[in-house]
Amino acid sequence: MAAVSFTLNGKPVTVTAEPNTPLLWVVREHLSLTGTKYGCGAGMCGACTVHLDGHAARSCQIAISAVAGRKVTTIEGLSANDDHPLQKAWIAEQVPQCGYCQSGQIMQAADLLSRSPHPTRDEIVQHMNGNICRCGTYPRIVRAIERAAKEA
Amino acid sequence: MNEMSPLGLSRRGFLTGAAGLTFAFTLGGTVAARADQIPGGVPEFATTPGTELTVWVRIGTDGIIEIATPTAEMGQGVWTALPMMFAEELDADWDHVRPIMSPIEPKVFGNPYFRGMMVTYGSGSVQGYWPKVRMEGAIARRVLMQAAADKWGVPLSELKTEPSVVVHAASSRRLSYGEIAAFATMPATMPKVDKSELKKKADFRIVGKAMPRFDIPAKTDGAARYGIDVHVPNMVYATTLRSPVEGGKPATIDDSAAMRVPGMLKVVKMKDGVGLVAETLEAAFAGRAAVRVAWSKVALGGYDSEPMLDGHYRQRAKKVDEKGVPFIHVGDADKAFAGAAKVLSGDYTSDYVYHAQMEPMNTTASVSDAGDKAEIWIGTQVPGEVLGEAAKVLKTKPENITIHQQFLGGGYGRRGATDTIEPALELAKAMKRPVKLVWTREEDVKSAKMRPMTAHYLRAAFDADNKLIGWNHRVVAESVLTYGNPNALKFTHGIDFIVMSGAKPDYAIPNQLVEWLHEVRGTALNSWRGIGAGYNKYAIECFMDELAHAQKMDPVAFRLALTKDNPRAQAVIKATAEMAGWGRTAPEGHAYGFSFGQIVNSWTASVVEISLDRATGEIRAHNYWTAIDPGTVVNPDTVKAQMEGNVVFGLSQILKERVTLKDGEVQQNNYYDYPVLRLAEVPEIHVKVMDTDNPPTGMGEAGLPLVGSSVGNAVFALTGVRLRQMPFTPERVKGALTGA
Repeated sequence: MAAVSFTLNGKPVTVTAEPNTPLLWVVREHLSLTGTKYGCGAGMCGACTVHLDGHAARSCQIAISAVAGRKVTTIEGLSANDDHPLQKAWIAEQVPQCGYCQSGQIMQAADLLSRSPHPTRDEIVQHMNGNICRCGTYPRIVRAIERAAKEA
Repeated sequence: MNEMSPLGLSRRGFLTGAAGLTFAFTLGGTVAARADQIPGGVPEFATTPGTELTVWVRIGTDGIIEIATPTAEMGQGVWTALPMMFAEELDADWDHVRPIMSPIEPKVFGNPYFRGMMVTYGSGSVQGYWPKVRMEGAIARRVLMQAAADKWGVPLSELKTEPSVVVHAASSRRLSYGEIAAFATMPATMPKVDKSELKKKADFRIVGKAMPRFDIPAKTDGAARYGIDVHVPNMVYATTLRSPVEGGKPATIDDSAAMRVPGMLKVVKMKDGVGLVAETLEAAFAGRAAVRVAWSKVALGGYDSEPMLDGHYRQRAKKVDEKGVPFIHVGDADKAFAGAAKVLSGDYTSDYVYHAQMEPMNTTASVSDAGDKAEIWIGTQVPGEVLGEAAKVLKTKPENITIHQQFLGGGYGRRGATDTIEPALELAKAMKRPVKLVWTREEDVKSAKMRPMTAHYLRAAFDADNKLIGWNHRVVAESVLTYGNPNALKFTHGIDFIVMSGAKPDYAIPNQLVEWLHEVRGTALNSWRGIGAGYNKYAIECFMDELAHAQKMDPVAFRLALTKDNPRAQAVIKATAEMAGWGRTAPEGHAYGFSFGQIVNSWTASVVEISLDRATGEIRAHNYWTAIDPGTVVNPDTVKAQMEGNVVFGLSQILKERVTLKDGEVQQNNYYDYPVLRLAEVPEIHVKVMDTDNPPTGMGEAGLPLVGSSVGNAVFALTGVRLRQMPFTPERVKGALTGA
């Protein structure tokens, strides 16, 4: 067991865990921020996407020991009042169905917009292709990202 | 509520005791804040002692209206659609309406469509609850009006309602529903409302409007709580390693490496596997990887699915002398074939498929020290069955079990199974602590409850005038119903209506015989989105395309001719053809395919535009057009969303999805070897929702079954090659193109 300190949603935290524990379990189970989801544990589905130092990362593939001193943002910390342009667009386009993958989708999309505020359709598709939505909300995800880019 | 201790006392005892009670009010107090007390969670009926209990609706003095919603919300929008139906008849102000999970009380809240069971599947919620929920809304409105009439001393007949207000026009008096809730008393017997008093469709002001879904905001900020998100004080974590072959048992267990994992608490031998219990989930998962188990041999189940399907299944389908269990028997098909001028035949197969729902299966359970009471937190399609299963496992009465329904991270039939209940309860009992059981994705795949693999043989008889006079469709498949209940077929005239769903040809053919040839293989099966229609419509609609081409007829014209007397069929076929511009020349290298059918009682048709990379065998869908007539549309945007999702799910199924068994064991592990459709593979989807003056019919699965046949028919149009094995993997497509 090792104590690891990092910044989570703007606040300093210290957790004690086995060094190889995936960040996913630290966030979800040790710290009870359950918006970040477990889908595959293999970096294949994107449900566990968070921001690590501002970039989208699969939290199931990151050992907690590698997070020391770094900044982690989860869906709960994406905006102060659930008012990120993507969150508003997600509601306006009525994107989620079961909703389980959507935290990961939004975090992945937020990474895109932070670097490319007006992405082309191809950029969106390429950037989002690693995130699975089994319900099939893909068309609305694209529409919501385009709406957020326009309205931001 | 203290989540640690099982609530021995349940509301159910009260409800069962209060015979005839179908409606009540909470008197006084506001309820606005209550749903927010469980942020993101499924709001439950409160069990505060001393508060008068309610069944279908609770109205606060602040006018907030909470409507009991018995169904599971898994993305199909039913947590909005059912309250819309109720609120319409209650004449509620929609801005004040909130859904709330009804108690698990099938006698009161069961779905008439499923003989009163409290279940969410089969696209049956809106169509099943349509009469019942509207009637309950109308009764509630009548109670409010009567309370106002008594207060004012005027006859009921002089009262009307406006949204959330009772009005006495003669004296210009008005009372809001919230004001009435402050003084109303629950009547001893509920007022009777005649069906004829329900609103006419033309007067609807909620049903038919695109209402934003209640569950969506919490699904954009991480607040929505699923079963896997539950945290109970003092809980420990568990996972299982189940027998790789259905029905297998652990023979010997070597837990030495597993017990060396830091945080591991216990390795528990269970009926069909091993439970790994630890202080953390990461430790439980590590323990699963470390434990070594030798498994008992299983009598049934030791077979390889590929040679079984390509060999025995296909051969059996074609042995027309062996009669199957008749599912559809119209006229005299044997005679029609005997006297036919021409007989055409076609054969098709489909592989096993896995649900691949994004939230792996999980259950959190807390069992009392005496072992006779339990609380269970789970997202389930079948709360009534969970209750029964838990009572059976603990050998106790259902009223000793409390279930906390959560949002479902995908259902599609998978969460209609109760296979995590027994292990969660057993482990909670063994640990004397609440246990959160979470499966790894790998366990979820290996323990798939699949849609059965199938072989189809279809024959069509034509008379001398080229009229289609005979139809024979033979389906070889295991039974889904008997997996859950070995005696199930005794109650269904020997027919598995899950397996044979969608096998009725939706065409005017005078002689029809549709047969099921029952295989017994011991495989773990369950309903899978679209159930039997997923493969039956694929086989039927591809075969119809074969027939149209053999008759040198346009596939749309061929179907229009065979549905002449069915106006709803004609309308969706024509609307879809028109949307797609059917008949125009496709872009170079592209082609169109058409399908039609009635699915979960809704009428629909579809056209897909595809292209094909002949070098790789990869099919690409570019456009998908579909019209759907689901009768009266309750929430139009949800209908559209469901069709979009169905198209994506259906494309995934036809292009990629396949489980294979080797010696009875699922060969796939995770999304890397069970791929599902991703964003880059999604076509432009064009949906036309056709509201008609009929009762609402199913939506959750309506669009999926036609995707496969439309794609297959498009590939034929492009290449002249008929794809007969679902899914159309690149290797299979390449093989078919080269005649291999």
